[in-house]
Amino acid sequence: MKQEAFRQGIKGAAPVVLGYVPIGLAFGVLAAQAGLNAWEVFFMSLMVYAGSSQFIAAGMIAAGASIGAIVLTTFLVNSRHILMSASLAPYVKNFRSPLLALIGFGITDETFAVAMGHVSGGDRQPGFYLGLNLTSQLTWIISTVLGAAVGNVIPDPRVFGLHFALPAMFIGLLVIQMREILSILIALMAVTLSLLFKIIIPGNWNVILASVITATIGVVIEQWRLKSSQSSSG
Amino acid sequence: MMLVTYLPRMLPLVILSKVNIPPLVLRWLKFIPVAVLSALLGPEILMGQSGIDFSRNNIFLLAAVPSFLIAYKTKNLFYTVFTGMGIVVLLSRIMV
Repeated sequence: MKQEAFRQGIKGAAPVVLGYVPIGLAFGVLAAQAGLNAWEVFFMSLMVYAGSSQFIAAGMIAAGASIGAIVLTTFLVNSRHILMSASLAPYVKNFRSPLLALIGFGITDETFAVAMGHVSGGDRQPGFYLGLNLTSQLTWIISTVLGAAVGNVIPDPRVFGLHFALPAMFIGLLVIQMREILSILIALMAVTLSLLFKIIIPGNWNVILASVITATIGVVIEQWRLKSSQSSSG
Repeated sequence: MMLVTYLPRMLPLVILSKVNIPPLVLRWLKFIPVAVLSALLGPEILMGQSGIDFSRNNIFLLAAVPSFLIAYKTKNLFYTVFTGMGIVVLLSRIMV
């Protein structure tokens, strides 16, 4: 029984794997150009395992930023994972804590999207998440290290559009998550607020502020719609 | 660096799965993925070196449009990223 769930997890990782290959390679190349060697990339992908933060960190390293700034920015960029982890939590209520600690390590934007898609199916075996996370991280490690290995041979990453890998990934994930008209409104709101805050406030606060405010507005709109449809049918 | 990535992912899962989350909070959390991804995407595409760039010179913005379409049609991360990058390469050549 457990093995079957694990295998399902590996299969579920297919879209993540495909997405990770170009993004991982892109990151590896950019990291190499920022001065990281293949070993450093390996350990980063192993221990940190966070696509967007690795990208941003590589950029900051190239720009000569301090360790403190990099750590703080990493935390802010990843703060959304707090919220994502929280939204996954209700579905894994019966898992034991050590297991959750292990699964939690593998939560990324992509595996989160797959996991959320899976939980709506109703079947919630721990094996699934482990298969998902293991396959995804393995792919990430391999493609980033590969990218780093060839990174210094490539003259200019812009030639291959590598800098667009991350935004393209976000676009893909976003579209997969949007299931209703309200989502489009939410997305537009979040984009606007994020831009606004990015201009007004230095650093990476824009993401978490925009997300929190937009999600709140979303709930308000939803509640308002529920109430107005109740009163019109009464 | 590992700690600041790991703890935000792990703690809510471990702690919050043990408590009952009120339905309103659950609905709020439901909006988070779209909100977060959009908040991340906005500046990546719309901000250039010096502020917001809605001009026709913004290659990322131009490439984003077909990327969205492809993502919508295929719902496939790989195709989206791969063709998106390809479009950027094409546009860079044409527009230089």
